[in-house]
This record gives sequence, structure tokens and C-alpha cells, in this order.
Amino acid sequence: MIEVRNVSKVFGAKPERALAMRREGASKDEVLAATGCVIGVDDLSLTVSQGEIFVVMGLSGSGKSTLVRHFNRLIDPTSGQVLVAGEDILGYGRRALREFRRHSVSMVFQSFGLLPHRTVLENVAYGLTVRGESRQQCAERAAHWVKVVGLQGYEKSWPHQLSGGMRQRVGLARALAADTPVILMDEAFSALDPLIRADMQDQLLALQQNLRKTIVFITHDLDEAIRLGNRIAILRDGRLIQVGTPGDILHHPADDYVDRFVRRRVATY
Amino acid sequence: MFPDDLTFSIADWVNRGVDALVTRYGDLFRQVSESLLWVIVRLENGLRLVPWWLLLIIVGGIALHATRRVLSALLIVGLLFLVGAVGLWDKLLQTLALMLVATLIAVLIGIPLGILAARSNRLRAVLMPLLDIMQTLPSFVYLIPVLMLFGLGKVPAIFATVIYAAPPLIRLTDLGIRQVDREVMEAVNAFGASRWQQLFGVQLPLALPSIMAGVNQTTMMALSMVVIASMIGARGLGEDVLVGIQTLNIGLGLEAGLAIVILAVVIDRITQAYGRPRHEVRP
Repeated sequence: MIEVRNVSKVFGAKPERALAMRREGASKDEVLAATGCVIGVDDLSLTVSQGEIFVVMGLSGSGKSTLVRHFNRLIDPTSGQVLVAGEDILGYGRRALREFRRHSVSMVFQSFGLLPHRTVLENVAYGLTVRGESRQQCAERAAHWVKVVGLQGYEKSWPHQLSGGMRQRVGLARALAADTPVILMDEAFSALDPLIRADMQDQLLALQQNLRKTIVFITHDLDEAIRLGNRIAILRDGRLIQVGTPGDILHHPADDYVDRFVRRRVATY
Repeated sequence: MFPDDLTFSIADWVNRGVDALVTRYGDLFRQVSESLLWVIVRLENGLRLVPWWLLLIIVGGIALHATRRVLSALLIVGLLFLVGAVGLWDKLLQTLALMLVATLIAVLIGIPLGILAARSNRLRAVLMPLLDIMQTLPSFVYLIPVLMLFGLGKVPAIFATVIYAAPPLIRLTDLGIRQVDREVMEAVNAFGASRWQQLFGVQLPLALPSIMAGVNQTTMMALSMVVIASMIGARGLGEDVLVGIQTLNIGLGLEAGLAIVILAVVIDRITQAYGRPRHEVRP
């Protein structure tokens, strides 16, 4: 469904030089010192299959948010290829990209990204409104998804009147209402309290049973990754360290970095 | 002493430029001037046609709608009544018409420029020092060339007012749009909103309090130009202040001065009330 081939992303004024240095074997820090450029994603390739929850895990600064923003081109790579449903999305012009975002991918954000001047219902309908569906259609679909995420009765509330967990339900409903085959979730539950977070995880899993969307879920929490993921990719310094099922990760950590995650988890039980 | 051989002057150069402008494009400027004058005079006459009590009711209604407080609306109406009661009603309308037209032009120029400045850092870098100049240059410096181009009266007064009053609106529009939450913009983008949808659906509504603060500033600065405007032949409340100063009639000057203050208070309360969001939007 989503295929990433040798993608690199360099932030800074001289990306070409930074990439060339990196290819010649300079480390990330050396590149930073020499060019002032930060390498966000470093020659990374992976494939996300249709209908799976694919978790991208790593500490902050590991490039996971940067990586996932390549999937809907909120960020363009410095080099490499990104294919979604077999199409090279980097070749899209402005209009094609807009249509792609309207119909193929939606996104849930860590701090929700809700429109403060619109009601819950209008927020949920946003994806539909933007692509020009009829008023009635928008209202109906939005009302349906508001109900599904359990916010019935709050349709006319403003986002600021809701708790964090409720706001993220709105964010989730907005992504689901757009009814795109791919949903990107950028640390979607990280800002929530542990209990609400567990609720949201359960809800996502329950929904996924019926929906079978392709979900790319970003987290820095191994427990969450194991709970949700059909497969997990572990990132460090913009590089892919390991991809595998939760079992693979737990029982065959690829290196010390992954091992430390796993041990910490075991130690807390 | 500063050495003589290091001094130079741009005065001659500027003078020649202005002369050339006047001789070459004088007719064009006259035409602009006349059509603008037509608008102002129409507006003035229109305002005069409205009976004084109806105008007070209308202003009261707007004030009530804006502030949602009966007391504020009554106070505003009462203050305006006072201006009429000291015999300055007609001049009040003249000043109001002048100010409305100047504000309208400032809004038509200022908001689009503010939007563009928020889009492009390069434009902003050019625009900001220009705005500083517009705000700090003594108004008489540009009044004289404007007078040469447009003649005496209301039109140059409007131009001077726009130059002086538009900068805060441009700045606050730019600021308001730049302050829209980055993640909100990212989300809107991720759902495939076009630039138009982003601007009118998200950026402008969220920047509205800031933009209205800019409109408020613009109206206030436009009012502060009233006396200067009367020096170049624009009629209205400023005229009485000027006459008061020139004839040492302090009472007359004070009356007209207070009337300007009242107009300012009224407009300030109304525009400020519209700038306040109807429901709290901050998280």
C-alpha cells in the first residue's frame, strides 16, 4: 500500500552536500558540524501492507514524525521515492496532490489540530466539506462518526469545551469520516492520560476490526506499539533499525537500542 | 562642523520628480480626485438625509449588536446626542464621512497587503520598513506633494489619512495570520484544503480578532488626522478646532475637540466589540 524507497530528508540550506557527505560515510554529527544541516530521515526503505496497523516507533528526534509526513507530502524528501497504492506521489502537481490528500490519506495529530472556530460536527465534517460534498451528506456522515466515537450530544460543542480525550476522538472521527484507505496517526494518543489512552487504543482496535484501513501509527511507547501494531518499525537517528511483528521485536531485538526498549518494558512488569 | 564637500541634497532631484509627475499625470490625478470626491459628497449628503433621531437609533442598534450591553449602547447614543446639542451635528457627519471613506480605502489596501505579507517573508521584509516610514514621516512632508497632485480639500486629506492609518492594519493582519496555530494549518493542509479554503475558512476567521484590532487602530489614527486634514481644506470638526486655535476661541476649540473625542470613543467601542470573539477560541 505504502512503499518508501531509499528516502532521505535533510533539513538545512545545503541538503545536496549533506547527502553526499553522508554517502561517503560521515556521521550525522559530522554532517551537522560541516554543513549545518540536520538529517531527519536517512536512506530509509519500508513497505506498509494494505489493511495493517503499522507502528513506527522511536524516541523523539528519531525522525518518525518526519517520515510519516512523507506519506501525504506534508514534507517532501530530499531524495528517494514514495509510492502509495502503486503511484509515485512525488510526481503529483499541486492539484493532483490536493485530490490525493482529499481522497486517499487522512491524518490524526498529536495536539489534535482541530479548528477552534468550528463546532465538533463541523470539525468532523471538515474533510468532506473541503472536497465539496453536499451539505446534507457532510452533516449525515459527520453525525454518524461522532456517534461511533462516542461523542453523541456534543455535536454543537466547541473544541475548547472538550477534554483532551474527547478532542482526540473528534480528531479520529474527522479522519474516519473522510473515509480514506490510509490513515496516518502522529502520536495520536501520546497527549492523553493513561486510562483514556487505553480506552482510545481499544476503540481504535475495535474500529479496525470492521474497517480494515491501512493505519500508520506513530508512538514513542513500546507498550502502545505492541498493543496496536500488526508490525512495528523501530527508528533511530532517521534510520530503520528493525521491522517485525511484536513477537519478533520482543524476542529477537535487532540490536542494543531495541533491546533497551524491550528490557525496560519487561522491568516494569 | 560637518565638512561641506561631503554634503549633498536630494531636494532638487525630488522637486524635479514631483514637478514632472504633476505636469505629466496631473489630469489623471484630477480625475481620481474628482471621482473620490463624488463618493465622499454622496456619502455626506446621504448621511444628512437621514433624520438625526433615526441616525441615533441606527448607531444605537449597531452598538447594541456589537457590545450586547444596553448601558453601553445608551451611553454611546447619549454622547452623540450631546454633539448634536452643541450644534456640531453637521460637522460631525462631515468628519464621519471622511473617516469612513478613509477607513474603507485603508481596509481595501491593508487587509490584502497583510495577507500577502503573511504569505511571503520577502514581501514582509520590504514592507515593514516602508510601514515604519509611513508612520513616522511627518505628515506635512507628503501632504504638500499630495496637495500639488490632488488640489485642496477632502481628497488629499483622505490620502494623507490612508498613508498614516493603514500601517497598523497591515501589521496586525500579517500578525494575526502568522499566529494561527501551526498544527491547525498542517491539519487543514493534510485534508487537502485549497489555498482559498485555507484563507477564508481558517486563517481569516482565526485572525479576525487581530484584524479587527487593526481596523480599530486605523479608525483611531484616521480621527487623529482630522485636525491636520482641516488645515488642507477638509471641512468637519477639525475646522472648528483650527478656528478655535487661530482666533484664540478656546471654548469653540474645546467643544469641537471633545466632539472628536466622542466620535473616537463611539467608533472605538463598536469596533473593539466586534473584534472580540463571540465564543472563547483559545484552548
